[in-house]
Amino acid sequence: MAATEGGVPVADNLFRFDPDGPVLIGGRSKRTGEIRFPFTGSADEEPVDLARTGTLWSWTVQRFLPKQPPYRGRETKESFQPYALGYVELPGQVRVESRLVGCAPDALQIGMALELTIVPMFADDAGRDVLGFAFRPVAGGQ
Amino acid sequence: MSDVAIVGIGIHPFGRTPGVSGLEQGAHAARLALADAGCTWSDMQFAFGGSNDSGNADNLVNLLGLTGLQFINVKNGCATGGSSLLSAYFAIKSGQYDLGLVVGFDKHEPGSFRINTDDWGLQPWYGEIGLALTTQFFAMKIQRYMALHGITEDALIRVAEKAFANGSLTPHAWRRKALGYDEIAASTMISDPLRQYMFCSPGEGGVALVICSAAIARRFTSKPIYLKAATMRTRGEGSFEVFSPSISVVDGEGATPKAARAAFEMAGIGPEDVGVAQLQDTESGAEIMHMAENGFCRDGEQEAMLRDGVTRIGGKLPVNTDGGCLANGEPIGASGLRQVYETIVQLRGAGGDRQVPNAPKTGYTHVYGAPGVSAVTILSR
Repeated sequence: MAATEGGVPVADNLFRFDPDGPVLIGGRSKRTGEIRFPFTGSADEEPVDLARTGTLWSWTVQRFLPKQPPYRGRETKESFQPYALGYVELPGQVRVESRLVGCAPDALQIGMALELTIVPMFADDAGRDVLGFAFRPVAGGQ
Repeated sequence: MSDVAIVGIGIHPFGRTPGVSGLEQGAHAARLALADAGCTWSDMQFAFGGSNDSGNADNLVNLLGLTGLQFINVKNGCATGGSSLLSAYFAIKSGQYDLGLVVGFDKHEPGSFRINTDDWGLQPWYGEIGLALTTQFFAMKIQRYMALHGITEDALIRVAEKAFANGSLTPHAWRRKALGYDEIAASTMISDPLRQYMFCSPGEGGVALVICSAAIARRFTSKPIYLKAATMRTRGEGSFEVFSPSISVVDGEGATPKAARAAFEMAGIGPEDVGVAQLQDTESGAEIMHMAENGFCRDGEQEAMLRDGVTRIGGKLPVNTDGGCLANGEPIGASGLRQVYETIVQLRGAGGDRQVPNAPKTGYTHVYGAPGVSAVTILSR
């Protein structure tokens, strides 16, 4: 997790670092048992650790620079590089929308196995890395 | 309870009209609708109207006249026009009023909609890391649909090709130039699998309708069009909608099938009775999915229907005869009413170059938008 040292999370309710890796924090409805992401801290929900691995449910590639704000990436139209995103199905829990990394867009396939990773998304005004969650192909293929 | 008729229609051309505000475009449409019905603003007992970005619709009284009428502003996202029409429908159906105006207009800045995450109940991080774009949702919805139901890029291209062909025949359309299949297929990829010419753009425009009790409709026109159904629904549990940081692993039903079923029930007819339809085509994939969600085909049949031209102007079920959102752009407050306007033009037989053959008796309109709202109307001669 060297890439995450010294960074600040983009929000404090999304994930935490355990000794064996990062974990996304979902919220389970006390009424229905339904899990959503992220945990909102509401009294109707209890936090629940989400699975670290799942499968790709759908995907796309963002090929133009999003409006800034709300996007905080510091790219310009000239320097912008397309990024992939999708929904990852965490079996029996929930489908989480996430950036996808470590995979060329033309290699993305619905159903492929993915695992959670924490990556720098952009720099804040102090120059520190701001960390977000992403999924990447499981090492060793599908 | 009185049946409801639409007896006057007016439209301000869609697209970009520099120097003319959204409100003025709404007023222009209102004047045309009043003239079409042969009546005046002072005859109007009530109005429902809305815009998303162009201010309160009731400012129209400053331009049209301070007659003291009841004017209620409606703001309901992409269902704004449909919700205004539905409200007017109830106003007449209840017997409270028998003549009024429905109006919608908008004028958006160029480019994709800028999203304020607070407005959508989202936390800032969602936009900050680049997930708050409507285009991404539409791309991911059709991406999965294509994989599940055997729809290919050919179908996406054919929807766009049809839209611009129809737009080229439509005086009120923004995009008046037909585009070739290859040109669409080679256009810039925006959000896979959707390309530049497969997306509509935020735009400008205004539409107004004069609506009345069916009992008095023939005072205003020899060709009243009856509003047989108007419905609006929101999403169900587990439906896949725009701006969802997570979705349920159990698939649910969206707003469109709910609004469609309710409308068919209200009108007492089925999809097979519809002769012309305007379906929300925010992008090519949306039209394809909405054909099935509204009950006009089963999932996967769209591929062959598009290849065979079933939804072209000369086909069995013409869809988006004025080029839809792809050729007209999407001024949110006006878009749903444009569909109603176009359907009435077709049912009157006044479509000119774009008139569908065989004099359809019944038309259908459908809008869908964030965060999971849909409005449907069924209109009949």
